[in-house]
Amino acid sequence: MSNNVLEMKNIKKSYYGTTVLHDINLSLKEGEIVGLVGENGAGKSTLMNILFGDEVIASTGGYEGEILIDGKVENIGSSFDALNLGIGMVHQEFSLIPGFTATENILFNREPSKKSSISSIFGDRLDTLDRKKMKDIADSAIDKVGVKINDSMLVANMPVGHKQFTEIAREISKDNLKVLILDEPTAVLTEKEATTLLMSIKNLASRGIAIIFISHRLNEILDVCNRVVVIRDGFVVKDSDIKSITIDEITKCMIGREVGERKRDDRNFDGKGVIMSIKNLYVDMPGENVKGFNIDIYDGEILGIGGLAGQGKLGIPNGIMGLYDAEGDVEYKGKKLDITKPICTLEEDIAFVSEDRRGVGLLLDESLEWNVSFLTMQVKNKFLKKILGGLISYRDNDEIKKVTDHYIEALNIKCTGTKQKARELSGGNQQKVCLAKAFAMAPKFLFVSEPTRGIDVGAKALVLDALKGYNVKHGTTVVMVSSEIEELRQICDRIAIVSDGKVAGIYKASEPVEKFGALMIGAGV
Amino acid sequence: MKEKGIKKFIHDFGVPRFIILCFLIALFILAPFVGADLPTQVTNLLNRFSWNAVLVLAMVPMIHSGCGLNFGLPFGIIAGLLGGTISIELGYTGVLSFVMAILFATPFAIIFGFLYGTLLNHIKGGEMMVATYVGFSAVSFMCMMWLLLPYHSPTMVWGYEGKGLRTTISLEGFYDKVLSSFLEIKIGNLSVPTGAILFFALLSFIMWSFLKTKTGTAMTAVGSNPVFAKASGINIDKIRTLSVIMSTWLAAIGILIYEQGFGFIQLYMAPFNMALPAVSAILIGGASVNKASIANVIIGTLLFQGIVTMTPTVMNSMIHMDMSEVIRIIVSNGMILYALTRKTDDRRDA
Repeated sequence: MSNNVLEMKNIKKSYYGTTVLHDINLSLKEGEIVGLVGENGAGKSTLMNILFGDEVIASTGGYEGEILIDGKVENIGSSFDALNLGIGMVHQEFSLIPGFTATENILFNREPSKKSSISSIFGDRLDTLDRKKMKDIADSAIDKVGVKINDSMLVANMPVGHKQFTEIAREISKDNLKVLILDEPTAVLTEKEATTLLMSIKNLASRGIAIIFISHRLNEILDVCNRVVVIRDGFVVKDSDIKSITIDEITKCMIGREVGERKRDDRNFDGKGVIMSIKNLYVDMPGENVKGFNIDIYDGEILGIGGLAGQGKLGIPNGIMGLYDAEGDVEYKGKKLDITKPICTLEEDIAFVSEDRRGVGLLLDESLEWNVSFLTMQVKNKFLKKILGGLISYRDNDEIKKVTDHYIEALNIKCTGTKQKARELSGGNQQKVCLAKAFAMAPKFLFVSEPTRGIDVGAKALVLDALKGYNVKHGTTVVMVSSEIEELRQICDRIAIVSDGKVAGIYKASEPVEKFGALMIGAGV
Repeated sequence: MKEKGIKKFIHDFGVPRFIILCFLIALFILAPFVGADLPTQVTNLLNRFSWNAVLVLAMVPMIHSGCGLNFGLPFGIIAGLLGGTISIELGYTGVLSFVMAILFATPFAIIFGFLYGTLLNHIKGGEMMVATYVGFSAVSFMCMMWLLLPYHSPTMVWGYEGKGLRTTISLEGFYDKVLSSFLEIKIGNLSVPTGAILFFALLSFIMWSFLKTKTGTAMTAVGSNPVFAKASGINIDKIRTLSVIMSTWLAAIGILIYEQGFGFIQLYMAPFNMALPAVSAILIGGASVNKASIANVIIGTLLFQGIVTMTPTVMNSMIHMDMSEVIRIIVSNGMILYALTRKTDDRRDA
C-alpha cells in the first residue's frame, strides 16, 4: 500500500451525453502540492466538483470510478460527505457571508458553544456562542495562513485578497482537513498577496496537508508545486515531477492537440481593404470586460480571437452586436456603426453566432424551421408571403421548410425532421442549427463565438469545415472567438490574442503554437 | 404496451383536464336522470360560452409574448365598462349603442394597455403577481370614480340623488342581446346564439392571422426566449407592450360581449372576479404559462363553463345543496395552481 491520502481511479463523467471526463487517475500524498492545469473546459472544475461532492454531479447522474481516501473506497455523494472525509475547497467565487465577520465566517456552523439555562431546556441548538474561544481558533487559523486579517472585520468590507485568505483560514481551521483544493486562488490577488498566499500554501503542506492547486499562472505552479498534472479534453495528458518539466512543455501539453497540423494554405490580406475597423472598444460584459480593444479586420479573412477565459474575448462580438453595453468607434465599410442596438448591426448584414447556444442562440421550445428562419424573417423580411393583395404578410411555411431542409442536408444536422424542437437535438447539432440561422441571413460579416464549446470531436470538425467553406464560397469575413488556440490555428488567417481586455498580440495563424501560448499566459507574469 | 399508450395519452392530455372532461361527461349522462332537460342545458352552455370566450381569448397575446397569464384583466374590463357607460350616457340605443361602446372603449383600452405594458416591462419575471395587485387596485380606484364621474343618464345613476352610477345597469333598449339574437337558431328548447359565436370566431381568426405575421412570429419568439429575440434585433419591450395592449383591448370587447349576453352592466367590484375564471379556463384548455392557441381557448371555455352550468342543475337535485360555487372555486384556483407548478417542472426538464 502506498501512503496516498487521496486516490482517484478511472474517473468518468458525462453531462447530457457529452463525455467531459474520460479516464482520470490522480493521486496525492501527504504534504504534497499538485498543480492541476488545463484549458477552460478541459475538465478541471468537473473533477474538483466530483471530489467535493458538488450537487451538480449527483443531479446529472453521478460519476464512474473510485475515490479512495487513506486507502479506503469512499462514496462522495454530497459536500457534507466531502467535509467529513477531510476534503476542503476554496472556491473561485467566494462562499462567504458578507454580513458576518471573519471569525464568524471561519467557524460558521462549527462554533464552540457554552451551555446556558435556556439551552439546557431546549437543547444544543440554543447554546450561546463562546466568542472568546471562537476568536482564539480563528486567530490561530489566520496565523497559520500567515497573513494579518482583522478577525472582527465584516467580510463585506474586506479587500478581495483578504476574502480569499478568510476562506483558506476557514478550511484549515477544520481539524480533520487532509486535502485542500484551491481553485485559482491567486486570480483575484495582487502580486504581493499572491506571494504571501504561495508562502502559506507551502507552509500548510509542510504540516502534512495535501493540496490540489489549480491555476492558470504557470510560474506559480512551478514555484510551489511538487508535481504537475495536465488535463486536456477529459484525459490526463501529463503527470510529471515539477523538476523535470518546463513552462513551454506544460503549455504545449495544455493546448497542443495535433500541434502543427494546419489544414489550409496561407492567405495574405496585407494591403487588402479593411472591412471593419474597431477603435477603443469598451464593453461592459460581466466577467468578460473589454477595455480598449483595437483592430483592423480585412475584407474576406478569417480572424481568430483567442485568450483565456475572463480576459474579454467574448465581450468583443457581444458588445458590437449590441447585446451588452458598449462604447467605442466601430467603422464598417467606412461608415460608423451604431453598436447600441442589435438591429443596427444586423441590418448591415453582420450576423452573430453566440457562445451561449441554449440561452441566446436558440428557441429551444420551437421547431428547427423557426430557429433557422426567424432571424432572416425579422431582419430581412424574407420567408413572408403576401396575401389580400399585400395588405398582410404571413409566414411562408413552404419557403421556411425548404430552407431548413437545405441546411439540414448541407450541415448534416441529425434530426427527425424540420418540425423537431431544438431542445431535443444534441449539442453539436444545436450548434449547426445556430450556424444555419446565421447562414440563412446571407451575412457579409460573421461573428462566431466559441462555436465548438461542449460538442464532440466529430461535430467540431464539421462546424469548422462549414465555417471555412462558407468563407471561401461567399467571401464572407469571419471573426471567430475561441479559447482553443489549436482550433483557431486550423482555420484562421490571423489570430489576435486578448489579454485583460486588450490585444496582447496578433500573429499569422501559421506561427508556432508556443508563441500564442506565451501571449495567452502573459509570458513571464 | 397498450396500457402505456393510454397512460401517455392521459399524460399528454393533462391529468386535470382529463378529470374535468370525465366529470363533465358524467354530468351530461346524469342530467336526464335527475330531471334536467338536455337541450336547455346545452343552450345554457352555448350561451355562457359565447359570453366568456372573448375574455379567455384576451389571455392569448400576453401568454405568447412571455408576460404570462393576464391577471390584470380588470384593466381591459374597466375600459370596456367605460365604453359601455359612455355610449349609454350619450344616448345611443340598440345596435348602434354596442358599436359606439366598442369605439369608446378602444382608446381607453389602448391607453390603459400602454401604461400597464410599460409597468410590466419594469418588473420582468414578476408580471403575474404584480398584475394581480395592480388589477385589484384599479378596480378599487374605479369604485370611487363610478361615483364621482359626471354621469347623468337616468337609466344609470342612483335614483334618489341623481348622480353616481348604480351597481347594476339594465341594458334593455341598449345593446341587450344584440349579438346573441343575431341569426339565432331555435329548435324546441335548444337555441344557439349564432351572432355572438360568429363575433368570437371573427376575433379568433384575426388573432390567429396575427400570430402568422412577422410581428406575431416575433411575439411568440419574445415569449419563447427573450434573449434570442433581442439578439435577432427585436425590440422586446415594444413587442411586449403591444401584446398587453391587444390583451387589454380584447378584454374590453370581451366584457361588452359578456354584458350584451347577460343583459346587465355590472360595476364596482364586479371586474374583481372576472380574471380568475378566464385564466383557469385557458389553462384547462391546455395552455401553459407560455404557450397558448385558439384551440386552447375554445376547449377551455367549453369545459370550464360546462362545469359551471351543469353542476348547479345536476348536483343540486342530487344532494340538495348548492355545490356549484364550491366546485367552481376549486376548479378555477386548482387549475391555476396546477399550471404554475407545471411551469417549474418544465424548467427542470431543461
